[in-house]
Amino acid sequence: MRFLVKKLVSFIATIFIVSLLIFFIFNILPGSPAQAILGVDADEQQVKLLEEELGLNEPLHLRYIHWIIGIAQGDLGVSYKYGQPVAEVLKDRIPISFSLAVIALILTVVIGIPLGILIAKTDGKWSSIILSMITQLGISTPSFWLGFILIMVFAVKFGLFPTYGFIPWSENLGEALKSVFLPSLAIAVGNIAIVIRYLKNSILDQTKEDYVRTAIVKGLGANEIMYNHVLRNALLPVLTVLGLITADTLGGSIIIENVFALPGLGSLLVTSIESRDFPLIQSLILIISLIIILANFTVDLLYKVIDPRIRV
Amino acid sequence: MAKLMLEVNNLNVSIKVKQKVYPALEDITFKVNENQVVGVVGESGSGKSLTAQSILGILPANTEVTGSIKLENDELINKSSKAWQKLRSNEVSLIFQEPMTALNPLMKVGKQISEVLRKHTNYSNNECYRKTIDILKEVGLKRPESIYHSYTHELSGGMRQRIVIAIALVNNPKLIIADEPTTALDVTIQAQIIDLLKDIMKKRNGAMLFISHDWGVISQVCDYVLVMYAGKIVEQGPMENLISNPQHPYTKGLLKAIPDFKKRGEALYSIPLRVPALTERRKGNWPYIEITEENKQVVADIFPEILQRETKE
Amino acid sequence: MQRKSITLYIGAVLVSILFLMMIVSFFWTPYGPNEMNTKIALQAPSWTYPFGTDNFGRDIFSRILEGSKTAFLVGITSIMIALTFGFIIGGIAGYFGGIVDEVLMRIIDSILAIPGILFAIMLVSVFNTGMQNTILALGIMGIPTFARVIRSGFMQVKEFDFVKSSKVKGAGSFRIIFKHILPNIFSQIIVASTLFFSGAILAESGLSYLGLGVQPPDPSWGRMLSEAQAYMTNAPWYIGITGIFIVLLVLGFNMLGDGLRDLKEKRN
Ligand SMILES: Nc1ncnc2c1ncn2[C@@H]1O[C@H](COP(=O)(O)OP(=O)(O)O)[C@@H](O)[C@H]1O
Ligand SMILES: [Mg+2]
Repeated sequence: MRFLVKKLVSFIATIFIVSLLIFFIFNILPGSPAQAILGVDADEQQVKLLEEELGLNEPLHLRYIHWIIGIAQGDLGVSYKYGQPVAEVLKDRIPISFSLAVIALILTVVIGIPLGILIAKTDGKWSSIILSMITQLGISTPSFWLGFILIMVFAVKFGLFPTYGFIPWSENLGEALKSVFLPSLAIAVGNIAIVIRYLKNSILDQTKEDYVRTAIVKGLGANEIMYNHVLRNALLPVLTVLGLITADTLGGSIIIENVFALPGLGSLLVTSIESRDFPLIQSLILIISLIIILANFTVDLLYKVIDPRIRV
Repeated sequence: MAKLMLEVNNLNVSIKVKQKVYPALEDITFKVNENQVVGVVGESGSGKSLTAQSILGILPANTEVTGSIKLENDELINKSSKAWQKLRSNEVSLIFQEPMTALNPLMKVGKQISEVLRKHTNYSNNECYRKTIDILKEVGLKRPESIYHSYTHELSGGMRQRIVIAIALVNNPKLIIADEPTTALDVTIQAQIIDLLKDIMKKRNGAMLFISHDWGVISQVCDYVLVMYAGKIVEQGPMENLISNPQHPYTKGLLKAIPDFKKRGEALYSIPLRVPALTERRKGNWPYIEITEENKQVVADIFPEILQRETKE
Repeated sequence: MQRKSITLYIGAVLVSILFLMMIVSFFWTPYGPNEMNTKIALQAPSWTYPFGTDNFGRDIFSRILEGSKTAFLVGITSIMIALTFGFIIGGIAGYFGGIVDEVLMRIIDSILAIPGILFAIMLVSVFNTGMQNTILALGIMGIPTFARVIRSGFMQVKEFDFVKSSKVKGAGSFRIIFKHILPNIFSQIIVASTLFFSGAILAESGLSYLGLGVQPPDPSWGRMLSEAQAYMTNAPWYIGITGIFIVLLVLGFNMLGDGLRDLKEKRN
């Protein structure tokens, strides 16, 4: 029970700290949101009025509490720009960002793990040096630039994918997948490189362990040793970066949505910053952060599933 | 005449370190018969584990082997890796020193045992399970069904070592090599494991190569002993002969260093030479000890062959 | 040559070349980076315009040279901000330990859960865009990373006997920090800075691409990419070459950082 309780406490503490931090940044730092909305030319009277209207004249701690309670009840505030509840504005956009992130994560795992194994097997040879250069390159390439390159090659030149826009899953599954495939791939490439790197190092470390020698002495073949013994052990450290990768995937999707003109949370975030729609920005950032914290929490629980040494 | 199981002839192993080749084993020659437990004794670094690794074909990549190792007249040197896979655990298996790390922490121990059967036999799942339960009983584990489903971290050191032994035994190999099987264990557990190994050897008609730096353990288990120093067999012979009438001064020294053998009140003897590190060795120069004015007498006492060599030159 | 040192070597060469480019751009660019001439807009690379021209007929090579200043400036200054505050926070946590450490690290870890780019976007949305605010945002984004590195450095060094003994001898805290702790964690800080540099360049180019980072007239590679996007089909070199420079700089610092870390690990 200790493990679960500890993780749960840390999960809740993280949510609390992050929400406080976001609130702090948006509400205490210099510059009144009302002033920002109305522009620098607005007179004091107007600013006061708007502040009252937005509930900005309440004491800080009350505002924080109201905000959090609101969020817990699904009330994310009202967007200045759209004049609608934030939840309403987000509703249609969440599935797009969600598809993007999930497909990117699937690609990361499905491509990253086999390649990591392959590179670990070829370690020491020139091919592995070249492959490790390629992973370095993958980590160093901005995903949005990679997005351009993918568009230029696969969408424009070969016409295999649409260049931009999202086709809803309900409309046509194949086309929907096509419309998010390139952006997902663009986000995934850097993370694939990270998975390859971690997994390769982890496999090479594990291969030196005694239990591998036991497996050899049992008369098992190289593949049996890799897949029945080494891989599971080697995946544990990779799991710890999975939280990081999820964070990176969501961060990457913010930019990529703008490259591929996908109407998801990321492109919404950018337009609301341009229009200084603070309630929307604040809630949006909190939501994205919550998803990541939740992902980290899930990774912790996954750890428990894979590693029997962790006691519940 | 007992049947000959293992015959090692002029085994030489050299190890490459930083582009230079050093002798790790020189002219190792011995035999193991059916129903016989042959002990290998020597200080740390004398090449006991390398001898075991040679017989199992698990020497590290930076090594070179010459000579001959025959298991039931089948030459093992230069076997293909496919052929090795067939041999291991069928013909020869190994009990490791470190029960803490020799098992996969993420796999149920039952599966780690039955895996051997799955690989080498055509038993059904059910038969594999039954055989595994049987072997768990044989190595003295109570409640084998629940042990089957345990992970290593749930077991004590002694229990783990029993699992390691079960893995080595489950496929009835002809030769079992035990490399310091009790060194990592508490004294009481050590005694239990030694009893278990003795029991098992009595029941099965196998042969065993038993490696230890500890004379006490060796003398309890073995019928015949090889004494090693710096990669060479210094002396070998039947257990009783060796203990009652050692020939080589080094063997005498080792025996003198045993706490049980010393007389009360007498300070414990220890051999005043350390085993030379691999990179201090030059081929043909055994025992590789650099002779100085100070250690001249000691070396001459323990390795008289050095003086013979020097006078010849 | 050893494989590890190849990484270090390539990284160092890449960074040096780009650094030299940046220095050169202070004295010389082939054309004025803001010199417009719509008659020669979107020309393909040629001897006169080695990287071609953009939609206003500006020489892309000159603009890339000019943009390297921003990249280095943003990288270096944001590291200084992150390092300063990271040192204070990590130092306090590591030096005092106990509950102070626990609370600070709890906060730091929570912030690290937010992706860097999101954190930077959040800060920029409050601070407003522009070069200075971008630097500030990236600097703040880096604080948790540095605080962690410095804290663990303090923790390790604190246990060393010579630190304990100089404490016993009554050496002042500052003396201990500057004489013993700093030299010991210096290499860790260098490695972290090198790797953070590449992260900062990536984040800056991302922000600037979104229009939330460096604003005209300040030159920026990320900004150039967002301009180039519209001409993807008729001037692919514009997007291609600009991006390659971002990749090279980030790659250079990544390899340099990895190489240095391997070197450090080998020494220990
Ligand atoms: N892979 C290796 N590389 C370099 N030296 C080795 C290697 N394996 C063993 N050695 C050296 O060979 C010698 C004999 O080792 P080993 O057989 O493990 O000794 P023992 O088991 O008798 O303690 C030691 O000096 C050891 O350092
Ligand atoms: Mg050994």
